[in-house]
Amino acid sequence: MATLQLRDIRKSFASVEVIKGINLEIGDREFVVFVGPSGCGKSTLLRMIAGLEEITSGDLMIDGKRINRVGPADRGLAMVFQSYALYPHMTVRQNMAFALRLAGVSKAERDRKVDEAARILQLEPYLERRPKDLSGGQRQRVAIGRAIVRQPKVFLFDEPLSNLDAALRGQMRIELLRLHEELKATMIYVTHDQVEAMTMADKIVVLRAGVVEQVGTPLELYHHPANLFVAGFIGSPRMNLMPARVVKSSGTGISVALPSGPEILVPVEGAGTASGDAVTLGIRPEGLRIEPSGAIAGTVALVERLGGLTLLHVTIEGGEPVTVQIEGSDATKARDQIRLAVDPAACHLFDKAGQALPQRARHPLAA
Amino acid sequence: MRETPMQRLLSFILGWGTALLLFFPIAWMVLTSFKSERDATSPNLFFTPSLDSYHEVFARADYLSFALNSVVISVGGTVVALLFAIPAAYAMAFHPTRRTRGTLLWMLSTKMLPPVGVLVPIYLLFRTAGLLDTRSGLVAIYALMNLPIVVWMLFTFYKEVPNEILEAGRMDGAKTAGEVWFLLLPLTLPGVASTGLLSLILCWNEAFWSLNLTSAGAAPLTAFIASFSSPEGLFFAKLSAASTMAVAPILVFGWFSQRQLVQGLTFGAVK
Repeated sequence: MATLQLRDIRKSFASVEVIKGINLEIGDREFVVFVGPSGCGKSTLLRMIAGLEEITSGDLMIDGKRINRVGPADRGLAMVFQSYALYPHMTVRQNMAFALRLAGVSKAERDRKVDEAARILQLEPYLERRPKDLSGGQRQRVAIGRAIVRQPKVFLFDEPLSNLDAALRGQMRIELLRLHEELKATMIYVTHDQVEAMTMADKIVVLRAGVVEQVGTPLELYHHPANLFVAGFIGSPRMNLMPARVVKSSGTGISVALPSGPEILVPVEGAGTASGDAVTLGIRPEGLRIEPSGAIAGTVALVERLGGLTLLHVTIEGGEPVTVQIEGSDATKARDQIRLAVDPAACHLFDKAGQALPQRARHPLAA
Repeated sequence: MRETPMQRLLSFILGWGTALLLFFPIAWMVLTSFKSERDATSPNLFFTPSLDSYHEVFARADYLSFALNSVVISVGGTVVALLFAIPAAYAMAFHPTRRTRGTLLWMLSTKMLPPVGVLVPIYLLFRTAGLLDTRSGLVAIYALMNLPIVVWMLFTFYKEVPNEILEAGRMDGAKTAGEVWFLLLPLTLPGVASTGLLSLILCWNEAFWSLNLTSAGAAPLTAFIASFSSPEGLFFAKLSAASTMAVAPILVFGWFSQRQLVQGLTFGAVK
């Protein structure tokens, strides 16, 4: 059982404010991912929750108790570091039992808990080895094991997979999710990798420059990004963003015109917009498809064939580059002249300040 | 990069040249200690070796009590210096402030002051405190004398330890003492050991303070050597015998710990 509340949390280093007033509720057993570009403050925020970094102002509550002034050891949290931070002079068993040893737990009890964690993480054959004799993936699992044996209220992960190769990363993602199921614990996970965020999170917190840009489920963020930053950050390949002008606003949405002429009807609420307003049109790459009668003409600049997917990098009339994602292997070649049709449901409009105009219909999975 | 034969020859000559140059005075001292007083000043390499000088030295002074003083004072000074330096270096390495660099430099700068500059005040302090010719007095002065170097060395060893390992310890429930005892010290053991060894050697060989602050009771081996240099003019054979006996323990000690010393002093450099 553990819930966290962050109330107007701020952090300054000397005179520079790096965390600028964060409010957040984290529910029991939730898997929350902090995501954002490097330097956005996500790791600092995690370290403040851990107690490794002082909180300049604001309240940090665990289960309703303010713990700003409680030391890291007494917060009941466990952390997995990016570098694993295993104790090099101790065996895997000693690494995992260290916290229990400090807490004065008996040897028999320690061994029982370490064996249990080793079983969950399939580390049993390595218990007497030292960290330097383990592979990256095994070290990672020891670091997680060290957290598990303490049965903490909350698990904190600081980019735990970024030192692993791609294949192992995919595998560890699944293991972490399985672990979350099995341990039924609250987890906070920091990453700059939006694939990790999308696949693992119950709730994603998108941060930029010390400010929360949006909080929501992965599909909420994907289908209803609150602003240009989230729209550009979540989703791979990136959402196509291009300047447009409002033509007219009607009951079914807003018609916008691209600089090269084509008009697109986007199903968003139009209150507050007038014709002629400059807006940004966002179209997900899978919302564009090749169609001889399509509204937008363009030239294929580059084709990336991923086998199951084909990515076309197209320069449309007016010079804007867009990415088109097509299911399966497609025969289109570079320098082909094509026309693109737009799926209105995959379109987003952002006002001059970068804020999204609300969609008329919520995506069924992002209610 | 492969060495050419010429470079190999050059480094061979340089290496052996330096080694012999450094070794020669010691070898000469040992050689002289086995000569008779009459042969002692001649550069003659062929002589009848005798233990006469050693017998005389033993007869005239209580070697063992000087040696015991040396051991107690060197070990004591080193232990006290480490006791202060370990927490100090920990604080500076892992919780630095704006002034940490300056503090380190300031500490080192005290080593640039000639000790004789503070002889009178320290002598007066010792006299007032009743520390003259006491082992505890020398332990204190040796600890203080080596503190800057010990702190500086430990600081560089600690700097090699990733902060995240200590933070992981903190998350695991270690308080500051636990961090230092369970994590930092085991991880930097080669470094701490070589720092201790260096401090021991510096203490053992220290002469200025021991000559000025002791007379008989707490005098270490450096004072023992000095006692053979003055009163009746120079007797080189006896002086050499006394010196040989004074440096022998630390030479043997250094020989056995050289692997540890070199390992510690190059710790991090080869990482």
